[in-house]
Amino acid sequence: MAKSPLSQSKFLLIFLSWWAIWAFLQVSLLIGFGLAIDDALVDSVLSNTLVALSCGFLSNNMQYYLPKKERYWYILFISLGLSAIILLACKAILVPLLNQKDAAYALFFNKSWAVRFDIVFLQVGCMAILSVLWYSSEEEQENRQRRNDAERLAKEAELFKLRQQLAPHFLFNSLNSISALIGSRPEQARKMIQQLSDFLRGNLKKEEQQWVPLSEELQYLELYLDIEKVRFGHRLDTHITCGEDCMSSKLPPMLLQPIVENAIKFGLYDTTEAVTISIRARVENNFVVIEVENPFDPETSRPKTGTGFGLTSIQRRLYLLFARTNLLETRVSGNLFTTIVRIPQTQTP
Amino acid sequence: MNNSNTPIKAIIIDDEPLARLIVNEYLQSYPEITVLQECGDGFEGIKAIQQHHPDLIFLDVQMPKINGFEMLELVEDPPAVIFTTAFDEYAIKAFENHAVDYLLKPFNKDRFDKALRKWLDQRATRPTDLLTHGAPNNTDDLLETAAQSPTQQQRIVVKTGGKIKIIPLEDIHFLEAADDYVKIHTHNGAFLKNRTMSYFEKTLDPTQFVRTHRSYILNVQQVTRIDPYEKDSHLCILQSGAQVPVSKAGYVKLKTVLGL
Repeated sequence: MAKSPLSQSKFLLIFLSWWAIWAFLQVSLLIGFGLAIDDALVDSVLSNTLVALSCGFLSNNMQYYLPKKERYWYILFISLGLSAIILLACKAILVPLLNQKDAAYALFFNKSWAVRFDIVFLQVGCMAILSVLWYSSEEEQENRQRRNDAERLAKEAELFKLRQQLAPHFLFNSLNSISALIGSRPEQARKMIQQLSDFLRGNLKKEEQQWVPLSEELQYLELYLDIEKVRFGHRLDTHITCGEDCMSSKLPPMLLQPIVENAIKFGLYDTTEAVTISIRARVENNFVVIEVENPFDPETSRPKTGTGFGLTSIQRRLYLLFARTNLLETRVSGNLFTTIVRIPQTQTP
Repeated sequence: MNNSNTPIKAIIIDDEPLARLIVNEYLQSYPEITVLQECGDGFEGIKAIQQHHPDLIFLDVQMPKINGFEMLELVEDPPAVIFTTAFDEYAIKAFENHAVDYLLKPFNKDRFDKALRKWLDQRATRPTDLLTHGAPNNTDDLLETAAQSPTQQQRIVVKTGGKIKIIPLEDIHFLEAADDYVKIHTHNGAFLKNRTMSYFEKTLDPTQFVRTHRSYILNVQQVTRIDPYEKDSHLCILQSGAQVPVSKAGYVKLKTVLGL
C-alpha cells in the first residue's frame, strides 16, 4: 500500500513551511485590518493549525480510502464539510477567547467568515486533490511494477519451457534402439547410453543467460546427430561447415538442436531416400548466421514461407530474447528447405 | 481349424533397422512364426502385404511419406496388426478398444509375449477366415479414430493405378459421393477413395470442409460465389468453375462456417 506523502520528511518539511507562510500572511493581513498583534497571532496560528491538522488527516485517510474516478465529486463534499467544521471550531474557540479583550472581535469574525471559509476551502481542496493525484500515481506505479514482474516471470517460464522441449519420440526411439543393441552389440549399446546421457545432461543444465560458444553448441549437436545416426544410419548423412572465425561466436544454448531436429524430421519423414542435412555457419557483420538445409518433397509438403514447418517455438524464443521477429528465415529452392537463423553478436547478456 | 502345423506368416514394417531387429529377436522363441519380409517404409509395406498375404504385421506409426495408419487405409483386407510405436500413450490409448494390440517402445519380452499370446489365443478359438483377414469393422473403426487425432488428416492418401498419391488438404476442391467410393476432386484431377461420406465428414476439419449436400463436401477456401438455385436450394461456384449443389440444411451450415 502507498504511504502518505507526509510520511516522507521532505514532504513534511514543505508542508510545515507552507503552514508557516500561510500563518505569517494571515497575521499581516489581520494587522492590516486593525487587529492587535497578539490577537492576530492567536487567530492565525489557531485557524492555520486547524487547517493543517485537517489536511494531514485528509491525506492520511486517503491511503485507506481513495475515491474511484467516477466518485471524484466526493472530494468536493469532503472538502466543503471539513472547511465548515474548521470554521465552526474557529468561531467556537476564538470568539469567546478574544472577545473578552476586544469587543469588536466578534463583529470582525462575523464579517470575515465568508473570506475565511473561502481560504480554508481552497487549502483543504488543494490538499485533497494533491492527495488523490499522489495516491493514484503511486497505485499506478505499483500496478505497473506488478505487471512487469508478472511479465518477466512469464517470459522466464516460457523461455525455460521452449528450451526444454525434448521430443519424447526421440527419447523413446533411442531407448528402443539401445534395447535392440543390448542383445547383439552390447558395446555399442553402452556407447549409446553414454551419448544419450551426455545429451540429456546438456539439455538439463543449460541456463538462458549463459550464452555458449558456437564450438560448444556444435559439439552438443554432434552428440545428437550421432544418436540419430544409430537410429537412421543407413539413411542419414550430415555435413557441418564452420569457419574458424565463427567458432568463438556466442549464441543462446539449445537453439540449434531443435532446428536441426526439425530438419531431420522433415528430411527423413518426407522422403524415402537417403537424406543429407547440411549445417553451415558464417560471420556476417555483427551476426553469426547459421543455415540448416534439408531435402523435402515439394509435391506433398507445402512449407509456408516465414516460419514454415515446426519452427514457431524457435521464432518465439528469438522474439523473447531479442524482441525481433526477423532473425529466423526459411527458404525453399527446388526440393531443398533451408532454415536461416541470425544471432546478433553485439549484445552478450 | 488346427493351425499349429501351418507356419504363421508375418511382416515387420518399421523405418528404424534396430527396431525391426528387436521384433525379429523376440520372435525367435516362436518357431511357428516366419518373418517373410522386413520393410523400411509404408510403400514397401503395401507391396509386401499384397505379395505375401501375411497373417500378422508389426507396424510402426511414424514412418517416411505415409504413416502406419495411412498405409493400412490403402491395404485391401488388412491383416491383423500389432502396432509398435513411440507414440505417446494418450494418443495410442484410443486404439486400445479396436482389438488391435499396441507395443509402446521400448517394450520388453514379457509385454511382447503378452500381445502375441493374446492374438494366438484369439486365432485358435475363432474361425480362420475371419482372422486371416483381420476383422474389417475393427480396422475401419481404428482408422476413423486415428484420422480424428489432430496430428492426422493434414492430407489424404489414395491409390491410383498402382501408384500412391498424397493429396494435401488445401489441394482438394470438393468431395463427391460415388457409389461405394468417394470421389476427391483436386486441381490435378479426381481420385477415388474407398471410404464413406460420413467418414470424411467426421474426420476432416469442420471449419474447412462442409457437407453442403448428402453427396457433397466442399472446401470453403475454394468458394467464390453462392447462387440461389431451385426452391430452398443453392449452387456453390468454386474457383475451378465447378458447381456444387447446396441443400437447405447445407446452406445453414455453410453460412455459419463462412461467418455470414
